[in-house]
Amino acid sequence: MSISDILQFAFLQRALLAGTLIAVLCSVLGVFLVLRRLSLIGDGLAHVTFGSVALALLFRLQSVYTSIAAIPVVLLSAVGILKIAEKARLYGDAAIGIVSSLGIAGGIMLASLAGGFNVDLFSYLFGSILAISREELLLTFALFVVVILSVALLYHDLFAITFDEQLAATSGIRVGLINNILVLLTALTVVLAMKVVGIMLISALLILPAVTALQLARGFRTAIFLSVTLGIVSVAGGIFVSFLLNLPTGATIIIVNFLLFVVASLLKKVRT
Amino acid sequence: MPIDVIAIRGLTFSYQGNEALKDVTFAITAGDYVGVVGPNGSGKSTLVRCILGLNRVDRGEITLFGVHLETFGDWHRIGYLPQGLQYFNPNFPATVEEIVRLGRLSRKRFPRRFDGDDRGAVNRSLELMGIDAIRRKLVGELSGGLLQRVLLARALVNEPDLLILDEPTTALDPDTRESFYATLKDLNVRKGTTIVLVTHDSATVGLYASRLLYLDKRIIFYGTFPEFCASADMTGIFGHQGQHLICRRH
Repeated sequence: MSISDILQFAFLQRALLAGTLIAVLCSVLGVFLVLRRLSLIGDGLAHVTFGSVALALLFRLQSVYTSIAAIPVVLLSAVGILKIAEKARLYGDAAIGIVSSLGIAGGIMLASLAGGFNVDLFSYLFGSILAISREELLLTFALFVVVILSVALLYHDLFAITFDEQLAATSGIRVGLINNILVLLTALTVVLAMKVVGIMLISALLILPAVTALQLARGFRTAIFLSVTLGIVSVAGGIFVSFLLNLPTGATIIIVNFLLFVVASLLKKVRT
Repeated sequence: MPIDVIAIRGLTFSYQGNEALKDVTFAITAGDYVGVVGPNGSGKSTLVRCILGLNRVDRGEITLFGVHLETFGDWHRIGYLPQGLQYFNPNFPATVEEIVRLGRLSRKRFPRRFDGDDRGAVNRSLELMGIDAIRRKLVGELSGGLLQRVLLARALVNEPDLLILDEPTTALDPDTRESFYATLKDLNVRKGTTIVLVTHDSATVGLYASRLLYLDKRIIFYGTFPEFCASADMTGIFGHQGQHLICRRH
């Protein structure tokens, strides 16, 4: 079966389009998160989406409404992580740990009330991009526009706080506000990404393209463009390979990402 | 009449219940070169952070160029060189040029965009600091001394009226340190830039600064070098020999 044959399938077209949009978001935000040592925030917020998905499934909501219902929960949790870290004077990773475990615990309880773990819940845990609906694609596109516009408008502010917060503050940048926006944009992206690679693997989609790009990039903009390219290649490649070899799509995307990381690390070694 | 670039009245700041600064009052006028010295933990860096609004003070008032800190917005008039970067990552993928350009953000309003003026200012600052040739190098690949020059170029990119430096020479070798101090003195003399230099190196500051502020949670001494050399309080702290060494070099 050739690539053009594969692209005849409407569900694959939707998967590629949604996957590409989400890959772009994860790759852009990933660079900021990795350099700010906030890599695991994606993992923490993904665990929170598990709780909200379990709640939506308990009420038997349709798939697209499950994602919509997850948005306020994840946004609130994102703010919660920042507030806990600030008010309780905890390190960010400890705050992420608290909110993340709360999300998982809530999810398990709700899943148990709904009669245990079923196929729907597993599709969110491990991803089901090939089953993405037209409505979900539209939601993905709308959130993509919001996140990309925000990053484009705040690019220099985000770059400045990523390099050094105190220097950014002395340039008149409102560091707290920009931090909040970064975490909220990540929360929106996590909601979208749970359909692509699943709750269990979201953080990999945020971290791997960025880390791979950082092996090779010689400039901040280059790092972002490289991360985006790698993210798109891994998602598209993962979808094709999983379709042809009948493998789980989310896991295949992550494996492709990891292979790209290995290649980039070897290239860096050769170059130095 | 020269204006007060920095005016501080009754500044008190506590950190986790411990008083780090107590009732600090002083003013720095335009064109001054002030060396801030004191023992470890005396509150020198804390004072700088308070001046820049990075620490929220408990009591007291800070004005910059006659404007209350809370409402101050002309951050391009101030260049700041910190003691070190908060979480410096040697794999940070930014070039020297990108980092120096970040200094221009203080002139921009949302949505911040750079233009030809910014490119010109960045070029001038890179040339002034003698780092034009490494503009495309990644900051993570630089030695401590070169990184410090890049951060100083960033601090100078707006040709600020006030330059605040917190222990800027810690990572520098003696030769680089001398040339670094000479650059600062040149800025002070030639361009009239007001300089606040926090340092533990009391002997060297005597070579360059016009005034000295000795801090130990509160101000122990603030005055010109002749006043410093005549101060019995300072003799008590530095000893006759130490005081003489500083005064002789000035």
